[in-house]
Amino acid sequence: MVVPLYHILAFAGLLFTIGVVGVLFRRNAIIVFMSVEIMLNAVNLAFVAFSRYHGNVNGQVFVFFIMTLAAAEVAVGLAIIVSLFRNLRTSDISEIRLMKH
Amino acid sequence: MSNIQSLTYFLPELILTSSAMVIILTDVFFRGRNRNRLIWLLSLVALGIAAIFLLLQTTPPDAIFYGALAVDPYSRFFKWIFLLATVVIYVVSPYSRELDNNPRHEYYLFMLLVVFGLFLMASALDLIIVYLSIEIVSIGSFVLAGFLKQERLSNESSLKYVIYGALSSGVMLYGLSLLFGIAGSTNVFDIQAALSGVPDKAHLTLAVALLLVLTGFGYKIAMVPFHFWTPDVYQGAPTTITAYLSVAPKAAGFALALRILGITFGSSPDMNLGEWLPVEGLPFGTLIAIFSAATMTVGNIIAIQQSSVKRLLAYSSIAHAGYMLMAAAILNAQAVSAIMFYLAVYLFMNLGAFLVAIFIHNRYGYDEIEEWKGLGFQAPAVAVAMGIFLFSLTGLPPTAGFVGKVYLFSVLIEAQQFWWLAVLGVLNSVVSLYYYMRILKAMFLDSEPTGERISGHPALSGTILLLMIPVLLFGVYWSPLMNLVRSSLEFFSPGM
Repeated sequence: MVVPLYHILAFAGLLFTIGVVGVLFRRNAIIVFMSVEIMLNAVNLAFVAFSRYHGNVNGQVFVFFIMTLAAAEVAVGLAIIVSLFRNLRTSDISEIRLMKH
Repeated sequence: MSNIQSLTYFLPELILTSSAMVIILTDVFFRGRNRNRLIWLLSLVALGIAAIFLLLQTTPPDAIFYGALAVDPYSRFFKWIFLLATVVIYVVSPYSRELDNNPRHEYYLFMLLVVFGLFLMASALDLIIVYLSIEIVSIGSFVLAGFLKQERLSNESSLKYVIYGALSSGVMLYGLSLLFGIAGSTNVFDIQAALSGVPDKAHLTLAVALLLVLTGFGYKIAMVPFHFWTPDVYQGAPTTITAYLSVAPKAAGFALALRILGITFGSSPDMNLGEWLPVEGLPFGTLIAIFSAATMTVGNIIAIQQSSVKRLLAYSSIAHAGYMLMAAAILNAQAVSAIMFYLAVYLFMNLGAFLVAIFIHNRYGYDEIEEWKGLGFQAPAVAVAMGIFLFSLTGLPPTAGFVGKVYLFSVLIEAQQFWWLAVLGVLNSVVSLYYYMRILKAMFLDSEPTGERISGHPALSGTILLLMIPVLLFGVYWSPLMNLVRSSLEFFSPGM
């Protein structure tokens, strides 16, 4: 049985929404980064689904680039969280508000 | 064009990446006292060689790397802007006291990698390259913004930068996946061909994809409502990096957005036609006009309330993105040339204003407007230069900023569309006069002459005065720059 395209896209959309909500509402910086990963994986799923639907491999190649760059982005992000934690002793982004608005 | 053939047209970029490798190795094996100086010199030499190859570069008949990158006069114009901005920042970086407690050699390395990403942004023709180039620039900038590891403000700014950056690139990717889904290809010309034939039913999907992609581009050019990172990052990052971020990635964002949106959502794949129309039924112009109005209004209104000069200039840079978007709502040949002209002028005036902020920061360690009091008496030359940069940012004659703004407004007036936007633009310029003049007032009127003189390093003051020359020169004699822009207005298109 082949799963139809619409089902996969609906699932990808749902995953993406979960990720966005996580980024917007969670306070722990590490959870925020995990939510970003969920968003990117939703995008990966959509790319693979479209790639199979169109019979074009470019979509799957795109997924590899997204995975590697996401890893790089998170590596930098975690390094920043570590250096922030050394100075402020917290990774709660609602407490990190030194600048006036 | 095949990969091996393409390499000859990719030399400037190859120089940048290979010299980044050389710098990493130098960093590992050379432990001498002059390491910072050596790496500074190596990177400047690399930029110089890249510039020579860029100068010698010819335009190939085809897009290089199997249609992934365009080498055309349009991308070359922007590459010159990136090189110029980078060299200015390199020249002043050794004299910025803010950076003194940190190893500068890594800073130079990351800047070199960011320039590589900017180069790719200016020539991208494939969705994969669009994402890749934006991320190369972003990841480098995250590190640079948080470069002052002991400073909490710098930490905070880079954390906010990473979170907003990751969020907006995720949203943009979702839009790119929709585009790929509609068209079945990642090449922008294939997507254009597919989009011009989509049934009316799919237009909602197309509009959603446009909005999502605009999130990513809007983040790079600091367009409202994707601007939230800008003030915090600009305030917390080292001032040299703030200056750089406010000019080079913004120009790259415009280069990328104009080309990619222009081709994918245009009714013809050829951007050289002069007239540009969006895919039938897509409210492209109105959408950009609304974003433009929001961007300049929010930027200017919030800038009024700022007491920190870096933060004030951050909001003003948001407002300037709004002015440039004004022309992007029309997107014909005249609009693109007006944006390119304004970006070139903006490079000089904005870098100049930030360099004066570095000058003040070196002296006092703060960047509140209070600290600028009496600068007109203590360092008259620098203060006069700052006055000229501020006049130019406001758009008063006889400075280059005035000419740039006239070109931007003339796009709307000649196209006879979006009158309300032009009126709003003029009103916004009046508002911006108020907060720019606050700095001027602090420098010249708010204190008595004390006889005390402050002087920065000659390299820093010299660069400030050098940047003043084009701002004044292009204010009275702008035709050379405009001719350069017009001759650069040549896009790659597959039928060429």
